[in-house]
Amino acid sequence: MKKSSILILLLSFFSLSFFSQTTFPTNSAPFNTHSIYAFVNATIFVDFETVIKSGTLLIQDGKVLNVGEKLELPKNAVVYDLKGKFIYPSFIDLYSDYGLSHEKGLAQGQRKSHPPQMESNVKGAYGWNQAIKSDYEANKFFIKNKDKADELKKLGFGSVLSCLKDGVVRGSGVFVNLSNKNENESVILDKAAGFYSFSKGTSTQDYPSSLTGGIALFRQTYYDAIWYAQNKNKTEYNISLEAFNKIKDLPSIFEGNDKFNDLRAAKVGKEFNVKYIVKAGGNEYQRINDVQSTQLKYIVPLNFPIAYDVEDPYDAEGVSLADLKHWELAPTNPAQFEKNFIQFCLTTSDLKEKKDFLPNLRKAIKYGLSEKAALKALTVNPATFINLQDKIGSLKKEYLANFFISNKSIFENDAVIMQNWVAGEPTIFADIDAQDIRGNYVLITPAKKYKIQFSGDATSPRAKITIDTTKKNLNFTFLNNLLTFSFLQDSINVVRANGNYNSSTKSLDGKGQWTNGDWFDFKLVFESSIDTTTKSKVPQKKTELNLGKVIYPFNAYGESLPEEQGLFKEQWNKFKNRYSAILIKNANIWTNDGDSVLMEHDVYVVDGKIVRIAKNIDAPKLAFAKIIDAKGKHLTPGIIDEHSHIALTAGVNEGAQSSSAEVRMGDVLNPEDINIYRQLSGGVTCAQLLHGSANPIGGQSAIIKLRWGYSAEDLKYEKADDFIKFALGENVKQSNWGDQNSIRFPQSRMGVEQLYNDYFTRAREYDLQWKSFLKLSAKEIEKNKIQVPRKDLDLEAVAEILNKKRFITCHSYVQSEINMLMHIADTFGFKVNTFTHILEGYKVADKMKAHGVNASTFSDWWAYKNEVVEAIPYNAAILTKMGVNTAINSDDAEMARRLNQEAAKSIKYGGLTEVEALKLVTLNPAKMLHIDDKVGSIKVGKVADLVLWTDNPMSVYAMADKTIIDGQIYFDRDEDVKLKQYIKEERARLIAKLLIEKQSGAKVEKPKIKHDRLYHCNTLEGVDEEITGQR
Amino acid sequence: MKKLIYIFFLLLSLNCLAQKTYRHIALINATAHIGNGKIIENSLVVINKTKLEIVSSITGIRLNPAAYDTVIDLQGKHIYPGIINTNNVLGLHDAEAVRATRDFSEVGNINPHIRALIAYNTDNIITPTVKTNGILYTQVTPRDGLISGSSSIMALEGWNWEDAVLKADDGIHLNFPKAVNKRFSEDEGVSTSINKNYISEINYLNKFFEDAQAYCLTNNITEKNIRFEAMRSVFDGTANLYLRAEKAKDIISAINFAEKFNIKKSVIVGGKESYKITSLLKQKNIPVMLNRVNDLPDNADDDIDIVFKTPYLLQKDSVLFCLQLEGDMEAMQSRNLPFNAGVAVAYGLTKEQALSSITYNAAKILGVDKEIGILEEGKLASIVISDGDILDMKTNNIILAYISGKSVNLTNKQTELYLKYKTKYGIK
Repeated sequence: MKKSSILILLLSFFSLSFFSQTTFPTNSAPFNTHSIYAFVNATIFVDFETVIKSGTLLIQDGKVLNVGEKLELPKNAVVYDLKGKFIYPSFIDLYSDYGLSHEKGLAQGQRKSHPPQMESNVKGAYGWNQAIKSDYEANKFFIKNKDKADELKKLGFGSVLSCLKDGVVRGSGVFVNLSNKNENESVILDKAAGFYSFSKGTSTQDYPSSLTGGIALFRQTYYDAIWYAQNKNKTEYNISLEAFNKIKDLPSIFEGNDKFNDLRAAKVGKEFNVKYIVKAGGNEYQRINDVQSTQLKYIVPLNFPIAYDVEDPYDAEGVSLADLKHWELAPTNPAQFEKNFIQFCLTTSDLKEKKDFLPNLRKAIKYGLSEKAALKALTVNPATFINLQDKIGSLKKEYLANFFISNKSIFENDAVIMQNWVAGEPTIFADIDAQDIRGNYVLITPAKKYKIQFSGDATSPRAKITIDTTKKNLNFTFLNNLLTFSFLQDSINVVRANGNYNSSTKSLDGKGQWTNGDWFDFKLVFESSIDTTTKSKVPQKKTELNLGKVIYPFNAYGESLPEEQGLFKEQWNKFKNRYSAILIKNANIWTNDGDSVLMEHDVYVVDGKIVRIAKNIDAPKLAFAKIIDAKGKHLTPGIIDEHSHIALTAGVNEGAQSSSAEVRMGDVLNPEDINIYRQLSGGVTCAQLLHGSANPIGGQSAIIKLRWGYSAEDLKYEKADDFIKFALGENVKQSNWGDQNSIRFPQSRMGVEQLYNDYFTRAREYDLQWKSFLKLSAKEIEKNKIQVPRKDLDLEAVAEILNKKRFITCHSYVQSEINMLMHIADTFGFKVNTFTHILEGYKVADKMKAHGVNASTFSDWWAYKNEVVEAIPYNAAILTKMGVNTAINSDDAEMARRLNQEAAKSIKYGGLTEVEALKLVTLNPAKMLHIDDKVGSIKVGKVADLVLWTDNPMSVYAMADKTIIDGQIYFDRDEDVKLKQYIKEERARLIAKLLIEKQSGAKVEKPKIKHDRLYHCNTLEGVDEEITGQR
Repeated sequence: MKKLIYIFFLLLSLNCLAQKTYRHIALINATAHIGNGKIIENSLVVINKTKLEIVSSITGIRLNPAAYDTVIDLQGKHIYPGIINTNNVLGLHDAEAVRATRDFSEVGNINPHIRALIAYNTDNIITPTVKTNGILYTQVTPRDGLISGSSSIMALEGWNWEDAVLKADDGIHLNFPKAVNKRFSEDEGVSTSINKNYISEINYLNKFFEDAQAYCLTNNITEKNIRFEAMRSVFDGTANLYLRAEKAKDIISAINFAEKFNIKKSVIVGGKESYKITSLLKQKNIPVMLNRVNDLPDNADDDIDIVFKTPYLLQKDSVLFCLQLEGDMEAMQSRNLPFNAGVAVAYGLTKEQALSSITYNAAKILGVDKEIGILEEGKLASIVISDGDILDMKTNNIILAYISGKSVNLTNKQTELYLKYKTKYGIK
């Protein structure tokens, strides 16, 4: 009996005939078939680790009836002989948008042509922010899509979790079979998971306008939802929060999409005690140890970059080492998850073309992923992640009969999926009975002999015919063993023929017709096999990959570890901290202690601290001690940049609202910013990363040390006080933002004062409310039915200022507003910590001195806007002479490389001494950041943050020779030469590899070069520099 | 021809106006930094009316004080040619963000007829703070479009633009199309990608140059075209063609473009990657007005110091270059031009080479080296005297300056405010 024809018969008559099979109970649904299908002689992967060679799989009613080695076949079973073929559980994708289609909203960055949108455009009893789409339920929008389903099934997938890929909270996803049945029968689980991200997606509302805002919005929503659930007497009904509380106990899938974002998600998860399943980005191998330490599960894409076209050497120079290395190493990403014992599954998401999935999967295996882990990541793991491990993902008894049949191991390059059965129904991509006709043949016709070769893929071979001596493509079809072909014998004569293929003799007899209408007999005789181990077969040996090493950070001037074994963190520390002691000999030491320079002294550093300053200190006997001959050179404390915006990701301003006290720059650190390294070369060791100046109350600062190579959390200055950015003047009034921006309050300096008045008043009340609540005993709360106050991240940060636990750095220019803020502070009983920019500080220096505020200014910037036309370069000198602790800052990635020169300008403008000038960028900023107990001067007991200069550091001719942080050398001109050499060689190696790749016919694309965006105070995410290019 | 006469009259009027203040001044014992690489220790520099009469060593010279209106002993001080600020919008705006004060950009893509000197405001708020650091001339330059217009060389003092001009319409500024564009997108951040308009922009320029050249060769013009007319001086070699290009490939294309139209005096402006093609620049004898030294490298992989080193790399390969400051806040930054040159010293130039790059070299490139940029007998007496090394902010302190022999006022609003508040607070 021909099984395939039975099957076709079955399928075509489903809707026409009644079935009544006696051994099975009849169900109410009249058109269902209850046939048992038996798949015999196949290599069956029951699950990722259980393989039955030559086994039998029995299915019925969409479920696995049995699976085993030698099963008795029910006599009514439809039997398929799958000798030589493979059966796998169908794959599961947890990150899909299959069956969901939503129109895209307005693109982001619309500020240019749209007035601000302060409120949500969604009408109804929803939450305040358009990016919170917690009420979205994918099961209500799911509509099956045959083409998309077939596309996925052809890759081996049988079920997917579909979700809305838009917004910060994305509601629930639906888990569905990719079946041909209707939606009601396709849904496996209506609410399988909740979905989240930090990205506002298509929301047109201004807030959040940055990553740090997205994080804050997510956190606030979480707190609001908790409060909403607890609060029994609330007067507010809120669909979004109701919905949030419903989805929050589902498995939670967080779209990280990048190694650092993954870590951010993990951090937020910790705050709310949620173990996210993180949708990865494909670059996790670059920080795999950090990723591992999150102890979360991951959904990993196979979006490997395609090769760059580097034939033009000038264009190629624009492709960064990081991009080149990522091109080479991205395929190792899945393997790194496996090697580090991280639970993960794989997804088709992020692929430019879905059909790249299997080739990329095989590539990942070539790059170290085990087949077992790959299979697990596509079956059992995703099922387990959404708690369906007892239902799907293996082919055990009672599991869903989701499986596919391939002609060979799915991991082989030319393996083809022939059938994919979902819920017991097949989708057929190739005839499983089809013969492999590949080989070299001779076509014998009465007139002539021709050579014919069938080659290529077993299931869809190509054919060539040699006519005389020229090879031509042969058009043919091969279906049900019937071969039909035609070719042009010469310019006029077409030969048409067909015949039956005899699989045992591999030959074919048939009839053909000449152009003149005469019939003839022909024979096609098999001569020899073709070499199926073609070039496409990839060498399996891993040693041939010759991959470069991961560097830390993953950017130019990053370094690889000597050996990649053992515990990463320990090893990295050891590598970075290679010296346990440093002795700097005969340097001229600018201690900042007093007003003089110690000539030709030694400084001895042990374990990161300065232990001795004297003449002629003996060389240490420690094994790992470094001695630096500094004769003729100058040693200063490390430069501290009080106002910086480097090393930040996706936005420095959350400027949509007048206060963004809830956002934290510490959430969005980018430890790979090349400007960290560049600034090390200018002697910077420490910086305060500030929120921008787009609004009166900005965000929370991060104080970092420039520990190049470490990850984000390690950059943070340990136990630093908390700071926050405030801003005054034109930027917060949006004076230079174009006419559209005249809606947000305040638009004048009058309004700015009242905004502060309002915020501090409310923050005081908020604080009191909490303080009195926290004093209550549980009993009292119970008895009087007292509600927990709502946690407001915005007011909380402002209240911290009132409680002297957070300190203000305020962007300021004009004397009137400087005066105003000091009055506000006095009224509310706190002190302004620092005025930054403070270009008219000289006009109110006496008042500033009386208030006790610090000043952090530019050396000589002015005239870039109206509020700085009275700025003078003598400002720093006047303030200093008036006894105001004064610093010079950069607010600029370029200028920060030469802050010593900027400080030196106050020698010219206002006559400070050289030591006073140096203090402007060392001790004074340390004081205003409350870190002068550890850094800012060279003193026994202080942390060894030091810079060795080639010349007087106040001279334009001085270069930083070595920059030391925590007693370790982070920048060294000698090392820099080596790093440059490494960059050169590594680039050359990778470019050679790319050229070979191109010549071998791989797809290439023109280089697209990414740059880190340089931020200033007034940079708005999504808005071109030209609009706002002011400070 | 008409223009030449016009300039002649301009110069004449400048002379007449200032004549009363001219004096015969002997500056003695200073270290004279000539501008061409040479130094005269213990120098004698004599100003006679508008010109330098003597520049020599004082050794062996017996000075007759009576022959001079004044003799100034500058022992320990340094004399320099007035610094020349090239390719800058200085004078074309006050507070940059205030639209009403912005006068450096016009509507349209091809504006060779636009003349920057017309908008040059001698009373703008910024120039008084620039000359106090030793900068005495600026090339006032229009911005934007493919052809921005023509620049002029202005003194930083003058009653009005007619009075301040040293050389009117010295050249046309062409922003050569970029093969790749830097752009910002929400998805990808800042990235560079192929400039989709590149070919059309090149074609557009080609067509304009072809038409303009044909027009200029026409004997009897029936209909005047002021854009084409403005190009005449570039074609006949009396004015420079400033080709603004940064990337090596763009520079090469710009040079080829200029050659195609037989442009006699081409100058590369920007030239961030000029160090990659020094042999070509040298061979074609094309000078570079180099981007600011205080700038970041384009790419993360670049040598972190490459921008600092570029002046040295050009010098080493004998490419004529000067420094300029186009970019963020360039007008205000003009006063930092000597310190940009100073940074180049830390990265390879000698101090005198660095000085040349903001004086004599600039004058040569602008075609005003017969008048300014060097301490030489017969040149205009446009000089500055500093307490110490002019290139180092630690020691740059201008105590005297002359433009065409006329003493320059070295106070400005900023020094006045300084004085005012020093007095208020009673501090030194």
